[in-house]
Amino acid sequence: MSTRRKGAAFSAPFFIGFACLFVLPLLYAAYQSLFTMRTSGLGIGPRQEVFTGFGNFARGLSDTTFWAAVGRVSLFAAVQIPIMLALSLTMALLLDAVTRPVAHRYRLAFLVPYMIPGIVAALMWMYIYSPRLGPLIDVTGIDFFASELIWVSMGNLLTWVGAGFNMLIVYGALQSVPREIFEAARMDGASELRVALSIKIPYVRGALVLTGMLSIIHMLQIFNEPLLFRNVVPEVVTKDFTPIMLIYYEAFDGNDYNYAAALSIILAVVVGVISMIFYRVTNRAQRP
Amino acid sequence: MRATQSRTSQVLILFGLGLFALYSVAPVWWLVVSATKSQTDMLYGNGLWFADFNLGRNLEQVFTYGDGIFLRWVLNSFLYAGVGAAVCTLISLAAGYSLSRFSFRGRGAGLALVIGSFLIPGAMLTMPLYLLFAKLGLVDTVWAVLLPAFISPFSVYLSKVYVDGAVPPELLEAARVDGAGELRIFFQIVTRLMTTGAATVFLLAFVSNWNGFYLPLTMLRGEDKWTLSLGLYAWNLQRTEAETDLTALVLTGSLLAIVPLAVFMIAMRRYWQSGVTLGSLK
Repeated sequence: MSTRRKGAAFSAPFFIGFACLFVLPLLYAAYQSLFTMRTSGLGIGPRQEVFTGFGNFARGLSDTTFWAAVGRVSLFAAVQIPIMLALSLTMALLLDAVTRPVAHRYRLAFLVPYMIPGIVAALMWMYIYSPRLGPLIDVTGIDFFASELIWVSMGNLLTWVGAGFNMLIVYGALQSVPREIFEAARMDGASELRVALSIKIPYVRGALVLTGMLSIIHMLQIFNEPLLFRNVVPEVVTKDFTPIMLIYYEAFDGNDYNYAAALSIILAVVVGVISMIFYRVTNRAQRP
Repeated sequence: MRATQSRTSQVLILFGLGLFALYSVAPVWWLVVSATKSQTDMLYGNGLWFADFNLGRNLEQVFTYGDGIFLRWVLNSFLYAGVGAAVCTLISLAAGYSLSRFSFRGRGAGLALVIGSFLIPGAMLTMPLYLLFAKLGLVDTVWAVLLPAFISPFSVYLSKVYVDGAVPPELLEAARVDGAGELRIFFQIVTRLMTTGAATVFLLAFVSNWNGFYLPLTMLRGEDKWTLSLGLYAWNLQRTEAETDLTALVLTGSLLAIVPLAVFMIAMRRYWQSGVTLGSLK
């Protein structure tokens, strides 16, 4: 066997696994989505799987609750992600303005939320918001589970969880910029704020685009946090609150696995298209 | 350069840093304090400071409730996260090495596939995986959670970036001239040069497995196979539905779920901090 062949063989376990655990499930889901369950007769006969062609896709494409969920999450993303990234950027710029030992101490503090498992972070904030035993209710008197505040409460939770991680990426980008550039600007009399706004931010634009894209993809599949909120306020956070929740409940509550498969594929395409548009738009904006 | 900064801006910067640090740490502080309290003190006391120290009793409750099922969840979480990450690291290192140091037909396409699949979010793949595993009879087995953990395009990409930087091609050539077999080169030379990279890949995979929730929730039915996250979620559900109040259990259990991860991550922060930046910037 040639060296090349042997070299290729090292990647075989991964690509075989990839075929079985990425490609095959998607193909199988696509196949499953071509069928639907019909109850024969008067609803007393056994349920039978019958071929429906693109019936499930047609149903999904015209399902207003599904698209309402996509719209709800997209709107939320459009508000929460810029706020979170602005905070991450501010953290990174502040860290960049102090000496290294000080920066490293604060960086660790900012990353504490990243070390908390997602469900634990959500549970913890649920209790903090809780009017029964949370510490916030005495101070603010706000009901964080009220329907008009639910997005604010959830947004704060997601910002708390994600800001530190995104800060790490932006700070890393900032550290890789040659220091002499800032020095030169300072020599020319630019203030610290001026250096941050006109030199540092343009340098980390690539990192911001990347964190933005990761955040959008993450947001479109949001599930854990709304599921936990649903335990407290099921009338506000409905079963079809987010796309993945809708798919989850269609499958395990409605037993309509075929439709859930079709919706998964539609959602995967939606995410792909949105990421591509985001990438195109931000890439164009980057060019001078 | 620090001298040129005015005193006011120094103070403002430190104030800003302090504010962000407070925001990041305060909720965890609240959790730590709450876990040391009795149920009554949780309800009526000052949330941000200690009352009667009750941590021992809370811990005892956590580990004895439901025939000590909590310990089972801890061990399961370690199994899924540890074994999943170990196998994933080995597979990813081999693939990263292959994609970085060999040229073969389909290499470019393979690399494009790896990078392109970053964009496939895990949650979107879960339902299709469930359908397939249901067909194969894997649902509600350990494998339903372990197998998906083995394959991670991000880990492969990260490994490739590390091999690019840490494994000089001349060294491989020299070993080949000396008559070393490819397997021996990989296990005796490449893996040794890649200790830092492997540690980073392992750590990031471990954390993402430990934090997983949607996949185990979909796949696992019997509570003896659950993870910590799943168990805490179920306890929290009981709290809202049943009359027995499990608040102290959920809060203490949550704190316990953080500890191993926090210890692990603080001890190895050098690795994952570099890994996150490296993987995302190159």
